[in-house]
Amino acid sequence: MKTVLGYYKKYIPFVCIILLVLFGQVMCELLLPTYMSDIIDNGIVAGDMDHIKHVGLIMIGVAFAAVVFSVTGSLFASMTAAKSARNIRKALFTKVTSFSRAEIERFSAASLITRSTNDVQMIQQATVMCLRMMIFAPIMGIGAVFMALKTSVSLSWTVGLALICVCGLMVFSFVAIFPRFKKMQEKLDRVNLIMKERLSGTLVVRAFRTEAFEQERFDKANVDLTKLYIFVNKCLSFLLPTMTLIMSGVGILIIWVGAHLIDAHQLMIGDLLAYLQYAMHVIMSFMFVTMIFVMIPRAAVSAKRVGEVIDTAVSIEDPEHPMQLPDTSDLSAELRGKIEFIDVAFAYPDAEENALEDISFVAEPGKTTAIIGGTGCGKSTLINLIPRFYDAAQGQVLVDGVDVRQLRQTDLRQRIGLVPQKGTLFSGTIESNLLYGDADATEEELELAAEIAQATGFINEKPDGFDTEIAQGGSNVSGGQKQRLCIARALVRKPEILIFDDSFSALDFATDKALRRALRQKATGSTFIIVAQRINTIMDADQIIVLENGRIAGKGTHKELMEQCSIYNEIARSQLSKEELERGRA
Amino acid sequence: MAKEAGERKKAPRMGGRAAQMMPGEKARDFKGTIIKLFSYLKPYKFAVCFVFFAAILSTVFAIVSPTILGMATDEVVKGVMGSGIDYRKLLEILLILAAMYLASWLFAVIQSWIMSIVSQRVIYTLRDAMSKKLDRLPLKYFDRVPYGEVQSRMINDIETINQTLTATITQMISAIVTLVGILVMMVRISALMTGVTLLVIPASMGVIKVVVSKSQKHFNNQQSFLGKVNGHVEEMYSGHDIVKAFNREEMSEEVFDEYNEALCDAGWKSQFLSGLMMPLTQFIGNLAYVVVCFLGGYLALNGRISIGQIQAFIQYVRSFNQPVQQVANIANQLQSTAAAAERVFELLDEEEEVDLDKEPEVVLDPGQVQGRVTFDHVRFGYKENEPVITDFSFEARPGQRIAIVGPTGAGKTTIVKLLMRFYELDGGRILVDGHDIKTLSRTNLRELFGMVLQETWLNSGTIKENIMYGKTDATNEEIIEAAKAAHAHRFIRTLPNGYRMKINEEATNISAGQKQLLTIARAFLEDAPILIFDEATSSVDTRTEKQIQSAMAKLMSDRTSFIIAHRLSTIKDADFILVMNEGNIIEHGKHEELLAQRGFYAELYNSQFAE
Repeated sequence: MKTVLGYYKKYIPFVCIILLVLFGQVMCELLLPTYMSDIIDNGIVAGDMDHIKHVGLIMIGVAFAAVVFSVTGSLFASMTAAKSARNIRKALFTKVTSFSRAEIERFSAASLITRSTNDVQMIQQATVMCLRMMIFAPIMGIGAVFMALKTSVSLSWTVGLALICVCGLMVFSFVAIFPRFKKMQEKLDRVNLIMKERLSGTLVVRAFRTEAFEQERFDKANVDLTKLYIFVNKCLSFLLPTMTLIMSGVGILIIWVGAHLIDAHQLMIGDLLAYLQYAMHVIMSFMFVTMIFVMIPRAAVSAKRVGEVIDTAVSIEDPEHPMQLPDTSDLSAELRGKIEFIDVAFAYPDAEENALEDISFVAEPGKTTAIIGGTGCGKSTLINLIPRFYDAAQGQVLVDGVDVRQLRQTDLRQRIGLVPQKGTLFSGTIESNLLYGDADATEEELELAAEIAQATGFINEKPDGFDTEIAQGGSNVSGGQKQRLCIARALVRKPEILIFDDSFSALDFATDKALRRALRQKATGSTFIIVAQRINTIMDADQIIVLENGRIAGKGTHKELMEQCSIYNEIARSQLSKEELERGRA
Repeated sequence: MAKEAGERKKAPRMGGRAAQMMPGEKARDFKGTIIKLFSYLKPYKFAVCFVFFAAILSTVFAIVSPTILGMATDEVVKGVMGSGIDYRKLLEILLILAAMYLASWLFAVIQSWIMSIVSQRVIYTLRDAMSKKLDRLPLKYFDRVPYGEVQSRMINDIETINQTLTATITQMISAIVTLVGILVMMVRISALMTGVTLLVIPASMGVIKVVVSKSQKHFNNQQSFLGKVNGHVEEMYSGHDIVKAFNREEMSEEVFDEYNEALCDAGWKSQFLSGLMMPLTQFIGNLAYVVVCFLGGYLALNGRISIGQIQAFIQYVRSFNQPVQQVANIANQLQSTAAAAERVFELLDEEEEVDLDKEPEVVLDPGQVQGRVTFDHVRFGYKENEPVITDFSFEARPGQRIAIVGPTGAGKTTIVKLLMRFYELDGGRILVDGHDIKTLSRTNLRELFGMVLQETWLNSGTIKENIMYGKTDATNEEIIEAAKAAHAHRFIRTLPNGYRMKINEEATNISAGQKQLLTIARAFLEDAPILIFDEATSSVDTRTEKQIQSAMAKLMSDRTSFIIAHRLSTIKDADFILVMNEGNIIEHGKHEELLAQRGFYAELYNSQFAE
């Protein structure tokens, strides 16, 4: 909350202006009834037409001033709200961009998106409301009370009485209605959830013939929701008419009491009519103020959620005095892109057990290191340590002989081509996605990368070729095509280190094979790290690391592991028949 | 944080009031849709008539009261000018006034009370009808219309109707009655003053129109930039790793800045312009107010009207703007209601599956079914003129294991979908134990099949509820036994609350492999005579798969089963293999036969390990 409020500091002058003009507006609006009373008492009752003309013109002037003030206030309020929202949004985005994996996972990407979009939107709306209503209503209320008292002190108890009634009504809504709004949302969510589930499970529901069961489940939620809706609506049915009734009742009361005062020459007739209008202003302002109490908590929740993100410290930061990686051209081919893990251990935040332990191995340049193991054994975790998405808890990860924690993150990542598990593409064209790897790549380089990645075929089949539009999230290309484009993107970089995180899973066997062959022939010199589930994919790697429960269970070539590592042997046997294994060996 | 994904759908609308003023989407057949929507009110016609009646009465009382209040004022004025106030008369007038206020209040409450019940019942009925319709739509419909759209009709459109149905109907009545009533009352006080005030309406309408058309542009801009900002945020956050890995933080921020700046610009402009509306119309209202005071003063001096009448007139003028704006609002609301209702009715009128309510000619007892499945010259295509299967004949004998293989997207599941009659054939027949599946009821037919699908659909109930989905009367022992057979028992026991653990909305609290095991347990429990496994083990690791396969083998013994897989090693032992490519069955036979053919299957098979 505090953090978010900080973003308004810059606009304090604006807020001051708003305060000033709204004050002016209130003054103008409150003056109008006074002039009306003047017209009645000194014009009509006294029979002075010139006075009526004179005051009438003043009134027009005052009304005009009111509108000028109001428009000015509106201008500054909308500017303040939009600009501060822009700054908050920007701060959020910059912060999230600087986050490392750990922070992203702590909040979850979905939640961060909500916070950067809807929550900021909510704050912006609340800001406008606050700057207009929250400032206006109290000034108006106090001003109207002041004017009312000035007009007649003896009548003031009537307004007090009305306020007590309004208060009662508000308490009723706070107790009976508002808490139910939240419940209503919950019930509505439940109805929608069941609907969604039924839709996505149409096939299963029909296959299991549970239509009646689902219908019943839905009906129960629907009845529940309808009941609550009806109850809340019934309560609401009371609210508005009763409000009107209170205001009208006060009018009657004022006239009755006022008549006695006029009779006693304590009040003029025009004053009575002006008083009626002041009373209405007081009650209305009071209502607006209570409305704000409904609005504020919601905005405060959003502000808190936004502040939480902005205040989060980034867990992985660049070192103060980063080391320089040796220039690639200075290094001999054997040294470029060498990766070393030395006794590495890693645990996820709040996890009881280490996800990785005692990991030591060397991945040599120009060679392929494969990592295999069951689901959840820590394969992806291991490779995430290389581009420093996470930091090792113990031990060291070295790239070209330098601890990754001593490098600037951008320098380190410059050397790595990562192919992620889910084929993440961005909206744009195929070309813009490939250029993501290296903005300066030439057309030939793109084509070569696409060819190695076995993507040329399907790219050329598309009518627009490289200019084919890619929808958000790459939803208009198939899973296998996405993976191949991601591979091409990484290749465009011509990195020293190429990391494939289970990146062949959506490819059929033939493509998988062709791709690996092309990689070996055309992308020589890089260090390859391949994570895979399929034995086929990694059988010919120079070095295979078998992971089991976060530890290395075996290290060697396919042949060695088949003989020495029981886990590897078991995995291989579960995927390939005896003859296939033999054929593979041959 | 799974629930936050849900929150995102409730995006707040920008600039509430401005949004209401903007003409929304329009229904294609406005009149027809509205008539249809109103036909849902038919069961409540008496209630609705009463509501109309009450709304009119409430409004009439509300309109008359300022005049009476004016009479009270006049009584006071008369007293001041003359011989003192006649308190008896004043009290009489005030009591009448109080009675009118009370009557207006009472009718308003009753009207709104009844209407809220009626409209909620209508919404309930609509929701119920949609839910029932879901079960009657052919799957072909879902090929044509994406889930998201159906969902939007069932959720957003219904919500739109819900929010407008109550308000529009009664507001429309009271707005119109108010307009007419006020006009009558004003003319009764002074035709001249009324004439002058009426000039205000076109002026204020003109102002509204100008402001709306000016702000429309910025409002649209704001929406489009908001979409761009949100889209960029979504994309960058979910692709965070890639942005980092490729050092593109700066680029991403540059794009963001550009959109954010544009959004800010359009945002304050549209906000400001729509904020102009109120002060401007108010100013015009105030202008009218001054004119009334001025003119009224003049007329009062001539003794043509009284002070009380001026006071009443001012009140009328003040409340005149409101219904004018309301009518404009309601017109827009009705438009969007009609558009939403039209989409809802479109879904409700959608063509249903054939023979849904036909009496079945044959009823098969799952316990007695042998499991002979025959495809007899089957022809089928998802779309007209695009046949996927042309003249396919084949017989699976009881107890046989049939494998369907082929690359991704080859249409392997089509066969299964035809078998369970999710789709209608274009020609030929499918027979189970010699009976055409068309002669069975769908429920009876599907009872014969147990299936494990590629997509592991679970509902947000407990683990136990999900396992017993196919057999709702299963005992605890049966459930545990099925879980054990599917190798799910052990992991279930390690979960918090075990079998009673609730699966959350996105089913993220158990892993993909675990989900798959649950769906297998579900099929085990169902114990159907014919089995279908559609890539059933694709998301479990290969060692677990091996274990499950042994369990599956147990289940499949002496039952006809269909297995779809792309890991060829898993289906080699099948009695019969159907090879599919690009939607067609291109080869079939036993493993060895197919290898000997040296065709597509052989190539597919060899490619997986040969160099």
